[in-house]
Amino acid sequence: MLELSDVTKRYGERLALDHVSFTVGDGRLTGFVGGNGAGKTTTMRIVLGVLSSDGGTVAIDGAPLTSVDRRRFGYMPEERGLYPKMKVLEQTVYLARLHGWSAEAARRNALDLLERLGLGERLDDTIESLSLGNQQRAQIAAALVHRPELLVLDEPFSGLDPMAVETVQAVLADAAASGTPVLFSSHQLDIVERLCDDLVIIAGGRIVASGTRDSLRAQHATDRWELLANGDAGWLRQQPGIRVVEFDGGWAVFEAESDAAREAVLAEAVARGGLTSFARERTSLAQIFKEVVR
Amino acid sequence: MSTQDTGTRTPSGAAARPGTPRFIDSVSLIAGREVSMRLRSKAFLISTGILMLAVLASVVLGSLFGGQSEAAKVAVVGGAASVVDGNDALEAVPVDDQAAGEQLLRDGEVDAIIVPAASDPLGVVVVGLDETPSNVMQALAVYPTVELLEPAAVDPGLAYLVAFGFGIVFFMSAITFGSTISQSVVEEKQTRVVEILLSTVSARALLTGKVVGNSVLAFGQILAIAVLALLGLMLTGQRVLLGGVGPSVIWFVVFFAVGFVMLAALFAASSALVSRAEDVGSVTTPVTMLVMIPYILIIFFNDNPTVLAIMSYVPFSSPVGMPMRVFLGTAEWWEPILSLLILVATTAAAVLVGERMYRNSLLKTGPRVKLGDALRG
Repeated sequence: MLELSDVTKRYGERLALDHVSFTVGDGRLTGFVGGNGAGKTTTMRIVLGVLSSDGGTVAIDGAPLTSVDRRRFGYMPEERGLYPKMKVLEQTVYLARLHGWSAEAARRNALDLLERLGLGERLDDTIESLSLGNQQRAQIAAALVHRPELLVLDEPFSGLDPMAVETVQAVLADAAASGTPVLFSSHQLDIVERLCDDLVIIAGGRIVASGTRDSLRAQHATDRWELLANGDAGWLRQQPGIRVVEFDGGWAVFEAESDAAREAVLAEAVARGGLTSFARERTSLAQIFKEVVR
Repeated sequence: MSTQDTGTRTPSGAAARPGTPRFIDSVSLIAGREVSMRLRSKAFLISTGILMLAVLASVVLGSLFGGQSEAAKVAVVGGAASVVDGNDALEAVPVDDQAAGEQLLRDGEVDAIIVPAASDPLGVVVVGLDETPSNVMQALAVYPTVELLEPAAVDPGLAYLVAFGFGIVFFMSAITFGSTISQSVVEEKQTRVVEILLSTVSARALLTGKVVGNSVLAFGQILAIAVLALLGLMLTGQRVLLGGVGPSVIWFVVFFAVGFVMLAALFAASSALVSRAEDVGSVTTPVTMLVMIPYILIIFFNDNPTVLAIMSYVPFSSPVGMPMRVFLGTAEWWEPILSLLILVATTAAAVLVGERMYRNSLLKTGPRVKLGDALRG
C-alpha cells in the first residue's frame, strides 16, 4: 500500500501541494482526478522521487520510500518520451535491464508485453516511425516491462484511440488484479468512473475528496429518482408531492417530498404497465467532481 | 470495475524479480547504449571515416613529397669523377665526353653533367638542361663548419610538430565528443525520456554512463588514428621518431584521460540547461573556449618557456602543456605529477558541480535554466 501523508511542495511563493494525503491500496485501481495545474503531476513526480517534496512523507507498506523501492515502480510521465531512434523491442529491453533484469528475462518480459499491447508486428521499428497511438502503447510497455510493484501513470489514456483505450484498460486491470497498486490520472472522467475502484480528487493542491468510488457516489447521492417506461410519462406531473426535474417521453427524473410519495409513483407506474426501470439516479463522477471542486 | 482477462499475465518460467541493480551495472548499460547508438549513426561513421582518410592521406602525401630524396644522377666526364666520389647525394654515371653526357641529359637519364674545367676555381662546371639543377648544386655546395654556443636540445621543427600533434588531438577529440555528449543530454531532455530514466536510475549514474561511453569512443577513435598513422608510416617506409616522443605521449594519454572527463562533465552540465538541440551552442560556448585556448596557445607559444610553464599547470591546458614540457625536457620529474594532481582535483570539482547542475536542470523544460538556479537546485 502506498501512503502519502501531508506532502507539501512549494514553487517559490506558490504552494503547489498543500498537505496532500491519500492512499493507494494493493490491487486497487485508483483514479487521480483534478483540473490542470491542480497538482497531479507534481504529486506523481514526488512519489517517483524525480522531484523532492518540501514536507510530509511517502510510505510503502508502512515504511518510508527509499530509492531502492522506487526502482520497482513503474512510471508513465505526462510528458511522453522515448528514444526516437531506438527500436521498440530494443528500447523496452533496455529499460527493463536498467531496472536490473537480466538480458534474457528482460527480453522475455518485453516480448510478452509488447505482444499483448498489439505491438508484436512493430518490434524492429524505431519509435519515431510509429503512429502516435502506437508510441503511446510503447510508452505503456516502458512503464510495465520490469513488472513493477506499483504503477503510477500520468494521463495514460490521452491520445489513445478507442481500441487502444480498451487494451490499456485491460492491462491496468490485469496489473491491479495481480495485487499491484495502480495510481493513474485522467481528464476522461468516464474512463476513470468505469475503471476505478478508488478515487482521489485534487484541486488547488489540496485533496478535496478521496475514497472508494461507491462510497463517494453514496456521499454525493442526490435524492433524485429516475423512471423509464414505455409510453408517455406525463402523468408524473399530476402525482402529489413530486417535482419533475427532467422529462423526455417515457423517461423522467424527479424529486419526491417523501418516501410515501415516491412509492405512490412506483405503484402508479406498475399499474400503468410498461415500466422498465425505476431507480435512484446515479451520481456521475462529473457531477461529484464539479461539486467538490467548487 | 471492468476486469477483462487478456490471458497470459505471467509467462511460464518468468524469472524472479531481480534485486536493485548496482551503480556499476547501470553505468555500463548506459555507456553501452551511448556507444552502440553512436556506432549506428551514419553521421558519426562518415565523419570518422573522413578523419581516418585524412590521416592516411597526410601520411602518404608526406612520404611522396617530404620523404628521403634519392641520390641525384649526374654524368661525369673524365677527372670530374673525383668531385662526386664520396658524395652520398650524387650518383656518378661515367661518360666518355660531354656530348655523350648531353645525350643522357636530354633523355632525362641524369639531372646534370659535371665537366672538368681548368679555368674554374673549383675545377669543374655543372651543365644543366633548362634550369639550374638545384639538387645537384646543393649536393656540391660547401658550407663552413657551424658551432652553436647553446644548442637546442630538440629540433625546433620537430618540437612544433609534436606541439601541433598534442594540440590538434586534444582539441578535435574534446570538441567532437564534447558535442556528442551535449547532443545526447539535450536529446534526452527534448524527447522527455529523461523523466523515465530518472525514475529508474540516479542522475549520477546517468551522467557517469554518458561520460564513460563517450570517453570510450574518444579513446577508441584516437587509438584507431594512432594505429593507422603508424601503419601508414611503416608501410611507406618512413622512419618513426617514437624514441624521443614516447614518454611525453604516455603523459599526454594520462592527462588527456583525466582532462577529458572534466570537459565531458562540463559539456553535459551546461547542455542540461537548455531544452532544445538548437540552443546547445549558446550554452556550451564557454566550455568550447576552454578547449580552444590551449590549442591556440600551444601552437603560438611552443617555444616560449614561461607561457609553457604556466600552461602546464592550468588544468584546462595542462593536458597539452605538460606533455610538451616533458618532450622538451624542461620539466623536473615531479612536475607532471604535481600538475596531474591539480588536474585530478579540478576534475573532481567539475564533476561534482556538473552533476549538481545536471540533476537540477534535467526536469526543467522550456526556457534556459539560469546558472544560479542550476547550482542551487
